[in-house]
Amino acid sequence: MSINSVGPRWRAALAGTVGVGLVLGLAACGDGGGDDSGEDTPSAAAIDCAQFSSFGDLKGKTVSIYTGIITPEDKPQIDSYKPFEQCTGVTVKYEGDKAFETQVLVRAKAGNPPDLAYVPQPGLLAQLVATGKAVEAPKSVSDNVDKFFGKDWKAYGTVNDKFYAAPLGANVKSLVWYSPSEFKENNYKVPTTLDELKTLSDTIAAKDKKPWCAGIASGEATGWPITDWMEDFMLRLSGPEKYDQWVKHQIPFNGPDSSAALDAVGGYLKNDKYVNGGYGDVKSIATTTFQDGGLPIVDGGCSLHRQANFYAANWDKDTKVAEDGDVFAFYLPGKDASSKPVLGGGEFVVSFANRPEVQAFQTYLSTDTWANAKAKLSQGWVSANKGLDVNNLSSPIDKLSAGILQDPKAVFRFDGSDQMPAAVGSNAFWKQTTSWITGQDTKTTVDNIEKAWPK
Amino acid sequence: MTDTLAFWPFDPVETTSGKVVQMLAAILVFIAIMGIILFLASLAKGRSGDRAVGYLYLAPTLLMLLVGLVYPGLRTVWQSFFNAAGDAFIGLDNYATIFSDADQLTVLRNTVFWVVVTPFVATAVGLIYAILVDKARLESAAKALIFLPMAISFVGASIIWRFVYEYRPNQGSVKQIGLLNQVLVWLGAEPHQWLIDSPLNTFLLIVVMIWIQAGFAMTVLSAAIKAIPDDVIEAARLDGVTAFGMFRFITLPSIRPAVVVVLTTIGIATLKVFDIVRTMTGGQFNTSVVANEFYSQSFRSDNQGLGAALAVLLFVLVIPIVVYNIRQLRASEAR
Amino acid sequence: MSSAPIAPVTVSDAPLKAPRETAAGKAKKRLTSPWASLFAVVLAVLWTLPTFGLLVSSFRPQRDIRTSGWWTFFSDPQMTLDNYRSVLGTDQAGGLGDYFINSFIITIPSVLIPVTLAALAAYAFAWIRFPGKNILFVAVFALQIVPIQVTLIPLLTLYVDGGIAGTFWPIWLSHSIFALPLAVFILHNFMKEVPATLLEAARIDGAGHVAIFFRVLLPLLRPALAAFGIFQFLWVWNDLLVALTFAGGGNAVAPVTVALANLAGTRGNAWHLLSAGAFVSIVVPVLVFLSSQRYFVRGLLAGSVKG
Repeated sequence: MSINSVGPRWRAALAGTVGVGLVLGLAACGDGGGDDSGEDTPSAAAIDCAQFSSFGDLKGKTVSIYTGIITPEDKPQIDSYKPFEQCTGVTVKYEGDKAFETQVLVRAKAGNPPDLAYVPQPGLLAQLVATGKAVEAPKSVSDNVDKFFGKDWKAYGTVNDKFYAAPLGANVKSLVWYSPSEFKENNYKVPTTLDELKTLSDTIAAKDKKPWCAGIASGEATGWPITDWMEDFMLRLSGPEKYDQWVKHQIPFNGPDSSAALDAVGGYLKNDKYVNGGYGDVKSIATTTFQDGGLPIVDGGCSLHRQANFYAANWDKDTKVAEDGDVFAFYLPGKDASSKPVLGGGEFVVSFANRPEVQAFQTYLSTDTWANAKAKLSQGWVSANKGLDVNNLSSPIDKLSAGILQDPKAVFRFDGSDQMPAAVGSNAFWKQTTSWITGQDTKTTVDNIEKAWPK
Repeated sequence: MTDTLAFWPFDPVETTSGKVVQMLAAILVFIAIMGIILFLASLAKGRSGDRAVGYLYLAPTLLMLLVGLVYPGLRTVWQSFFNAAGDAFIGLDNYATIFSDADQLTVLRNTVFWVVVTPFVATAVGLIYAILVDKARLESAAKALIFLPMAISFVGASIIWRFVYEYRPNQGSVKQIGLLNQVLVWLGAEPHQWLIDSPLNTFLLIVVMIWIQAGFAMTVLSAAIKAIPDDVIEAARLDGVTAFGMFRFITLPSIRPAVVVVLTTIGIATLKVFDIVRTMTGGQFNTSVVANEFYSQSFRSDNQGLGAALAVLLFVLVIPIVVYNIRQLRASEAR
Repeated sequence: MSSAPIAPVTVSDAPLKAPRETAAGKAKKRLTSPWASLFAVVLAVLWTLPTFGLLVSSFRPQRDIRTSGWWTFFSDPQMTLDNYRSVLGTDQAGGLGDYFINSFIITIPSVLIPVTLAALAAYAFAWIRFPGKNILFVAVFALQIVPIQVTLIPLLTLYVDGGIAGTFWPIWLSHSIFALPLAVFILHNFMKEVPATLLEAARIDGAGHVAIFFRVLLPLLRPALAAFGIFQFLWVWNDLLVALTFAGGGNAVAPVTVALANLAGTRGNAWHLLSAGAFVSIVVPVLVFLSSQRYFVRGLLAGSVKG
């Protein structure tokens, strides 16, 4: 009754809203087309359709995708599928969801999984495989991964010696954001060793400016940026072999290597002279959102912010992200100039169906063809696909990231907390490092995380 | 299910008109079921007929609850005796964890704060406001103001309160974003990081819940106040009862059942609250509560057993509220 | 039949209005002190201020929201409609329109079904004698505490087996199930308040349980039904969890809340979009609340003093 009484008025209002939305949407398209992706709308002509003929006639079939990649990154994803859709006549149904990481498990357990899911953590992949609903990747995908990706990347998509998931996108976490103009004015040099980084921090601090800024608040995931910091230092101070043992819990979490890494992080993040530029004291790191964390660089509140390449999405539209712009990033140096450890992450394509159209699409996603098509369409996206031509990337930060990933000297390691069991990687590790930043000592912190490791 | 059938109400639909038709079909199906129930009920006669009608009226509700809540509830109880992966029986270990682990004890303490403070304060605010604006000019606009928070989603609420509690240092060019700290700065005091200090932060989160629930209390209690017969009020007025006396001897006794309903409902909603904690602090800085911990253990930590045990603890915590309501019920039946 | 005791009740609404207004006006003068009015105003301001801040923020430029408080707006008014433009223009296909329609399609049956079922059940609990009544009532009441999250996997499994996953049915059924315990509890307590004498009179006139339910109780319960209906409307309208789990995404079934939750972007905060989005979705519930005010009318139970 009450609903009817507002009916006509509401309908009129809604009609207006939809109309406005349409017009604005069109206007936005007109604006955006010119400066980023307008000219190369991909089509079947760009790729070799013959590679899908072995999958038979797929016309009219549908493949459903479920992912945490949402606006604005979803549009280049969807557009990059068009050549495949035109070749095969398959419709790709894309579903982006901010709550993907919890919902995908619910759906898999209940027997309602999508055809494909883009999983950002090897740990979650293992959980999905444990539901018994995931299916192994077909040979065509496995062959592509052998051809286009490093062995380590294939290993991240492998559970219990069975290969499930091919890598999709990647990100580089060993980056420090800075202001090129500030560096130029003050004659600061981009550091090439950890010692130089420390010296640079001291130099800035001596000018009465807090060099670093950071933010770790992220709702239920609060604390994760510190886990990245710690992994970066674990990798640098103890080396990749120790890092692997640490992630697999072959050495305890409260061992000397681990404590040393966290203390080294504390040298920056718990140093009152270094943080938290633009936001206050050390504790303010805990309540500053990770998205806001590095923004004071632009206003001169701080000079350095360690965060992955995807942080590029958080700068305002009018901030120029380039080597000669307002902000840019440099590689977080190794212990010495000769070693080049890189911490990063990425998504993996896990399948829950082995219908031919699903396999055909999986195969497409694992090719260099797709990686290059995607690269041309997007900003803030890179892949570890060796067939990716860096020249196809348009933004400077993407070029930098891809360059780091493809550097033959680089030793890549996947984000450790994403591989640890969920009780640690998405709970205790976050929680304890948050307590650590608000005052808890290093020993208690690593002891508590060790205690939380599932027996 | 088939393309030949022009319309089958259980098919997925894509078009707007299809959706509307499906909704109308669903309502029609529902009305048909109700029609059958009422028709059968109208046939019943006598005492045994009474009984039949009782069960008949309850049947759809009980059936839905059995499938939708009782079965999952029992399954949860069962799971609470198993380990994280759900493949080994570990007896009461999960419960032992809840009552021995220091973190979990903080969670219990916070839950007690929430349940003790929220229902009473929210109900009191709602009641006072309902009385004050009753029959006032612009009453419905005035009520809409208090009601507004209820209409906002939790995502909206968490942004709103971010603009209240947010902290910025008191230095040169940096401006406050949070209202609370701006007030402090205007008064010449230092801004404060509100969400870090325990247990103050728990109470600041409780404020958000009160802010939301007062609208519920006000609406229900206002409806109850309006149901007090005019002649009762008029009679009291002629007797020269004071404003407070009116509240104490007329209003409160008349709406007592509604007050119980409101306290109970808010109490249970408070026990189940997790969105506020999750979005505002993520359960950090010692602000977690049982419902949030249940969520994070079940859906984040992959610890099915402990998550289930926390859910069972929620059932147990509601027992006092159930008992209180049964007593109220008995009392009102005795009247 | 039962119309005799009811007639004055339902009619009391309109004819009594005129004299009642004046009596109320006189009473108000006597009963409300300036302090009380001041207190009410203070409460209203306190309650509205945070939301008002969000409203102001939703019109401020992205950068301003981040670097200064919303009250700065009044000394340095920088206004933009960009946030609303982005929100309404989301999804090239036609903005939020599809999602709004889905929200209505989801909400209407999800309010009607549980309210009707609960009214029947509450009537049985309140006014029919049958064995096991008290135990059943306590059980239904206690089911309020079952966290919705524990039901997601078992229910979704059932829906998948039943072949209705991906349609509106799982959402309608789930919302109805989750609403029932509270609805039965609240409506039962309101029904208990109806004087037994009214029902006795109807019975003596020969009315059965069907007639009593429709002719005696439903009219009397209008405020309670309206109140509960509003809240159920709000909970369903603002629900995210049930929609996420059972609707699947995409604009075929998902409601506005799902679209708005995704506004923040994959790794973004987007306070400017979220604040505008919050106000876009709040419009409908507030309209519903205001338009249902007329159901909360004094005197519906007039003349039916509980003995």
